[in-house]
Amino acid sequence: MACENNERLLPAYFDGELDVVRSIEFEEHLKTCPQCAEDLSDLQAMRSSVQSANLYKRAPESLRSRIRAALPAEARPQPIPMPRRRTFEWLAVAAATLIAVVLGAKMLPNIGSEKQNLIAEEIVASHIRSLQPGHLYDVESTDQHTVKPWFDGKLDFAPPVINLADQGFPLIGGRLDYVGHRNVAALVYQRQKHFINVFVWPEDSKPAEMPQVQAIQGYNLVFWSHNGMYFCAASDLNLAELRQFTQLLER
Amino acid sequence: MEEKRGSVQAGAFEQVVLPHLDAAYNLARWLVRNTHDAEDVVQEAYLRAFKFFGGYEGGDARAWVLKIVRNTSYTFLEKNRPADLSEEFDEKVHTGTAEQLGAEAALVQTADTRMVREALNELPVNFREVLVLRELEGMSYKEIAEMIGKPIGTVMSGLARGRTQLRDRLLQMRPEVRSNVPRDLPGDLPNKEEQRGLRK
Repeated sequence: MACENNERLLPAYFDGELDVVRSIEFEEHLKTCPQCAEDLSDLQAMRSSVQSANLYKRAPESLRSRIRAALPAEARPQPIPMPRRRTFEWLAVAAATLIAVVLGAKMLPNIGSEKQNLIAEEIVASHIRSLQPGHLYDVESTDQHTVKPWFDGKLDFAPPVINLADQGFPLIGGRLDYVGHRNVAALVYQRQKHFINVFVWPEDSKPAEMPQVQAIQGYNLVFWSHNGMYFCAASDLNLAELRQFTQLLER
Repeated sequence: MEEKRGSVQAGAFEQVVLPHLDAAYNLARWLVRNTHDAEDVVQEAYLRAFKFFGGYEGGDARAWVLKIVRNTSYTFLEKNRPADLSEEFDEKVHTGTAEQLGAEAALVQTADTRMVREALNELPVNFREVLVLRELEGMSYKEIAEMIGKPIGTVMSGLARGRTQLRDRLLQMRPEVRSNVPRDLPGDLPNKEEQRGLRK
């Protein structure tokens, strides 16, 4: 029997079109509706095979030159300092976001203890900073056997590192970060044009009673524990896809 | 904003519009289903975009370019392959049975690169385009709706039917689900292979 949520809510959830509150409501529904749960995993399987089939067709270099040549001369680049201006604008946006995040978090009513919010704030700040040019990774590699040993001697624990390229979430690097007064591992993954930072540290130093999901200024955070480690995935990716990602990591 | 006016001038064209060439080519390639034609369509779309660049008022440059690419692609199809636009998918023939649906998750996981490519390539153009914009370009329902000039409900039903038909095509290509089939690594296939998915 088809569930009435199947037609609209399920695809909207799957495509990240629901806000966080409604996403969480729908996740509650998923727990009690095997039909929707099964259909969701079918959709996810389909998306994974589309993602891993390498269907995106990039323009050949020859086309780029052809178009450049065909454009009238005035279309050629002028000495407009666009990239620098863009970087500057970008930094301004990042700074404004950071201020908004900090102010926003300060003004939030008691959605949990101070400490939780501090950690979540720190994570969002780290995530934003990591997106600034040159901050994304200390070690750039899609090979988990390069990224994992890189952390040796830099941390007092060994973070689990797996590549999920086949599922459409390629690992692209790792770096050291600092969250909750300790060094943590940050693993960087990509989903199309979205970056995902996964912060990892030992479970024993996690704050008590962390929420599972939080949304701060358009960034989604998902927290979980697994095999003695504590994880937080941060991204502007929609919650449904971020959840799919974290479930793959938990396997 | 004199600054912005300035950037709307020709000099900015290359810096604003050219970075979206991959997205433009990808969309054209999936709409006209032929690499050579896609290049011609994109070149023409870019010349048009240049002509209309004065009318670009900032905002999402990718969406702006893709809209022009889409229009150019449709014009190309109308002129050269009108049958592609009227293609109807026979849902009676292609709809999977209940038992098949159970095997679906396993099936789409073992579907290889070539099968997925062919299956998408064979979908009717209106479903193919919303799937490409959603799954490959990562656009939201609203962005897609604006691009194709249809309500969000049409985008949603197009995606739903496109996904069902994609699944059914995959089911047809491999009626027996085999397990432990090694999946092709992305990028493993040579470019020539793409030709196989093309219509004659």
